[in-house]
Amino acid sequence: MVTDPVALQLAADLFPNGISRYAVGGLLVGLGAAVIYLGTGISAGASTFLESTLSYVSDKSRFQRYVSSRDWRLVFTAGIILGAAVFAATFQSGVVTSSLYQPGTTGQLYEVGGVTLWTTDVQPWRLLVGGIFVGIGTRIGKGCTSGHGVCGVGSASKTSIAGVLTFLAVAIVTAQLVAALGVSP
Amino acid sequence: MADRHPLFIPLILVGGLIFGFGLGFSHMARPEVVLNFLQFEDFGLLFVMFGGSALVGVVYFLAPRLFGRAPLTGDTFERRLKSFDRNVLIGGAIFGVGWGLSGICPGAAYASLGTGNITILWALAGMFLGAYFQGYWRS
Repeated sequence: MVTDPVALQLAADLFPNGISRYAVGGLLVGLGAAVIYLGTGISAGASTFLESTLSYVSDKSRFQRYVSSRDWRLVFTAGIILGAAVFAATFQSGVVTSSLYQPGTTGQLYEVGGVTLWTTDVQPWRLLVGGIFVGIGTRIGKGCTSGHGVCGVGSASKTSIAGVLTFLAVAIVTAQLVAALGVSP
Repeated sequence: MADRHPLFIPLILVGGLIFGFGLGFSHMARPEVVLNFLQFEDFGLLFVMFGGSALVGVVYFLAPRLFGRAPLTGDTFERRLKSFDRNVLIGGAIFGVGWGLSGICPGAAYASLGTGNITILWALAGMFLGAYFQGYWRS
């Protein structure tokens, strides 16, 4: 245990919400990707779903190349939504508690049928405009936080490490600029 | 597709469930938490990415050594290695602008919807629009 007061204060400053929910959540994200990999050999990324699903409605060649994987990518995304809904019905609703899970104070909680749901305070224009950049950038850049960040970094891929360092650095500068301009939330 | 192993789709679903539960549990499905990280107010998110990639790293290292081929597809276990070119940096930078502005990435957006975040549909609509623009342009 760390008992030095200076170190404790530093930890509280860097990690005001502790680290357990982040570490446990991250391990579960990795476990989900590992389960799929062990069974199928597939490195599952989340952003390819955007293009593979567009292949149902557009015959552009860029989307049609994903026809063979579009059905299981729909299932993967449905699983992600359902898994998060299970989290909402358990820990987010307070039905299940653990010393490893620290509830947050961000956004708004609301109840539907006994389940505590959550919604963001971040303004819709930021989500829409940011989302457009995310949709363009992840597909041109060959991956997102899961494909490059989890599977690529886990593969010690130099391409993925370069991709992660690029989007992380640009995202930090962007978020700090937007905050400095007084945009909140 | 017809010759797929009957457990292929169920396994993808189970993997997605664990993945999405983890994104909810870690609060990475909350744009506010991602923005707090990017603004240096809470560094906890580092543990999500590195926790996930560390576990994946061990599994990716061990799987080809312990097992010959993936049981449900018969495929060999390969690392996720993509070729490097300018697009990785250009696309990464565009993604970074979007992530820094919105605080949300694709997998976290799907999970966010599952936690009840109806407002995140704005981001999902944006992501589909963006993916469509680049696909239209590059086809």
